[in-house]
Amino acid sequence: MTSQAAAVELPGRRPETGVEGVYTLKLGMWIFLLSEVMFFTSLIGTYVILRFAHPEHFAEPGEVLSIELTAINTFVLICSSVTMVKAFASLQHGDQAGLKKWLLATIILGTTFVGVQVYEYIHLIEEGFVPMTELYRAEGGPLYGSTFYLMTGFHGTHVTIGVLALIFVLTKAMRGEYTPQSLGGVEIVGLYWHFVDLVWIVLFTIVYLI
Amino acid sequence: MSVTATKTDFDLLPFAGEHHEEIPFIRKYIFSTDHKMISRQFLFMSLIFLALGGTLAAMIRWQLGFPGQPMPGGGVLPDTMAPGGIILPEFYNSLVTMHGTFMIFFAIMPLLVGVFGNLLIPLQIGAADMAFPRLNMFSFWLAVPAGFMMLGSFFVEGGAAGAGWTSYAPLSSSGEFTGVYLGQQLWLGSLFILGFSSIFGSVNYVTTIINMRAPGLTWFRIPLATWSLFITAWLVLLAMPILAGALIMLLADQTLGTTFFTPETGGEPLLWQHLFWYFGHPEVYILILPAMGIASEVVANGSRKPVFGYRSMVLAMISIAFLAWIVWGHHMFMSGMNPMLGMAFMITTMLIAVPSAIKVFNWLGTMWKGNIHYHTPFLHGAAFVSLFIIGGLSGIFMAVTPVDIQIHDTYFIVAHIHYVLFGGSLFGIFAGIIFWYPKFFGGIMNEFWGKIHFGLTFVLYNVVFFPMHSLGVQGMMRRLYDPYQYEFLAPLLPLNRFISVTVFGLVAVQAIFAANFLISLRRSNKCGPNPWKANSLEWTLPSPPPHGNFQEMPVVYRGPYEYSLPGAAEDYLLQSEPETGTEGAERPLEPAAH
Repeated sequence: MTSQAAAVELPGRRPETGVEGVYTLKLGMWIFLLSEVMFFTSLIGTYVILRFAHPEHFAEPGEVLSIELTAINTFVLICSSVTMVKAFASLQHGDQAGLKKWLLATIILGTTFVGVQVYEYIHLIEEGFVPMTELYRAEGGPLYGSTFYLMTGFHGTHVTIGVLALIFVLTKAMRGEYTPQSLGGVEIVGLYWHFVDLVWIVLFTIVYLI
Repeated sequence: MSVTATKTDFDLLPFAGEHHEEIPFIRKYIFSTDHKMISRQFLFMSLIFLALGGTLAAMIRWQLGFPGQPMPGGGVLPDTMAPGGIILPEFYNSLVTMHGTFMIFFAIMPLLVGVFGNLLIPLQIGAADMAFPRLNMFSFWLAVPAGFMMLGSFFVEGGAAGAGWTSYAPLSSSGEFTGVYLGQQLWLGSLFILGFSSIFGSVNYVTTIINMRAPGLTWFRIPLATWSLFITAWLVLLAMPILAGALIMLLADQTLGTTFFTPETGGEPLLWQHLFWYFGHPEVYILILPAMGIASEVVANGSRKPVFGYRSMVLAMISIAFLAWIVWGHHMFMSGMNPMLGMAFMITTMLIAVPSAIKVFNWLGTMWKGNIHYHTPFLHGAAFVSLFIIGGLSGIFMAVTPVDIQIHDTYFIVAHIHYVLFGGSLFGIFAGIIFWYPKFFGGIMNEFWGKIHFGLTFVLYNVVFFPMHSLGVQGMMRRLYDPYQYEFLAPLLPLNRFISVTVFGLVAVQAIFAANFLISLRRSNKCGPNPWKANSLEWTLPSPPPHGNFQEMPVVYRGPYEYSLPGAAEDYLLQSEPETGTEGAERPLEPAAH
């Protein structure tokens, strides 16, 4: 075969960059996020199917769940994505102080989001909006509570894991371990953070607004 | 040659020659990040579970062959399982459930994905290790506690899960129906943890194959075993999270008192079936695709011919993986689904016959007029092909909705699943273990005893499972504790007893394999780098390959199946061999081991 000589000229692949130009750590995070998409699809799909099949088990938007409070919380989470972008941009420009500042801002906003969600949960549980069929006393039916806590609970868990990861990244940033040449850790946590943010926008729309 | 031009990139890789320090025992054998050690760990773990699953099968067959009689050696079981050696109905439910669960999730799946994925991917693509070695170690050490949880569920109050490996709700969603409470919850928790293990493993496999191939190893030069593992990894990656979601909801139904799958308060039992099979059908291909890849390797090697239609093999696997997502409804024809929807699922299901047939004809085309070497891996590979044909054809019977009404949930499906999972996957696994034994442990397994084991297994296997088609058509439902209480099934006892006795023989024969496997572990059993005269990159390495694999970055010049090139001195040509000309005699037959 004559094409064999040409084949040798293919550039080598190495773990740091890969020939496709996406470095391995980032590629791995993208692939993991695809898996996460499927996980949230199973939860959201369940909600959609049950709600279509049994509309009498669900309440009108705003009847049980507070749209105002959650809209503010959604804004908080979107802002945290902006600060995450600012953190990564600072690092790319070699601005270490900016990196730390914006990471801290992202952590504070993320924690606020989880805090507001916990406050909302406590409030809802007092009203009898619970996942347990036996104890459910709110508008609609118990399926409403079950699916609500299932989706928002797993999203909240993801936000919490994201905050912990950001704290880990911040401690490494404090030690000056990230440079414009070595920024993988910040970028993949950023990817994860934006993904979690995106999931929330879908959840806010279909759980609270529609 | 521009090899020197690419050399600069290679210096960045941590190759074997660079570090010689001794690795402490715990890091070398227990918490190892070396993909080959993790592969061996998976191998021992899943072979133990394979043996356990086989034992459970033998117990099921005892009850079906000799109902209500004390089982030999059954006295050791506690009274909650088998008082006086007589299997209780509740324990029989657990046996059926746990046989399926162990075999699918803890034997076949880790054997194919965990063992061969870990061993072959870095070796066949010329990488030093996986992309994320610590994540890889984590994958294994998640699988172990999951296995212990599953095993431990036998010994909790109420016994192990008894709602079948599919755990259909509402049977599984409340302990009232099966009498199993904690056992079912452990089942759910164990599979959830195992799901994490599988997903992390897949992230590793996909990333490694995309980003860490040796120079020259283009997509269509990747050996089919690695191709199959790549496609499988995608299926695991996208299917496992669906199962995880369903498991969480069922666990919530069991423990929190939610009612996702209980109809009284608006839940949907069928939703469980949809979620389960949306995961479950890709899972079926997770369990067969790697075996197809292994079969392609050993069939080409034994036939000393290039794989017939290499590209169509790859494309067929991709089509199968794609179709896997749109056929799940064929498991639910009898759930009362809309006939139009059933027809749509019937058509998509029958479409799978096309890529499957392409693969079968390609394997036959590979063997056709080959200079066949009947080594044990080839025999297992040929058995894979022939049994996969039978399993594939019986699959078409069930894909046809009117026929499925008769044979749904009967022994016909039991025969079908064992033709693809035992006849297909397990023969593929035997082929793979024997073929790559040098890369696992450095030696080669005894060929004589390997062939004895193969012959006996092949014959006994068919004697066991072929008559089950007939049992199913005659109406014997699966998972029945005592089928003979029904008048029309009572005449089937002699055939069942015959099958049961054969099963005991089939299980016993596996001792030959176990002994051959264990005796071949001895240190004096050594072979060269390339005992099967194969072409892909792992055969350029010493057996077993050292930590870090390649001393220097291999360069790939051609596809993996250049067997019997006209005019070449040898009937094989390594992928990393620069020259293809007739002066092949000048190259070293087996590259020097370092």
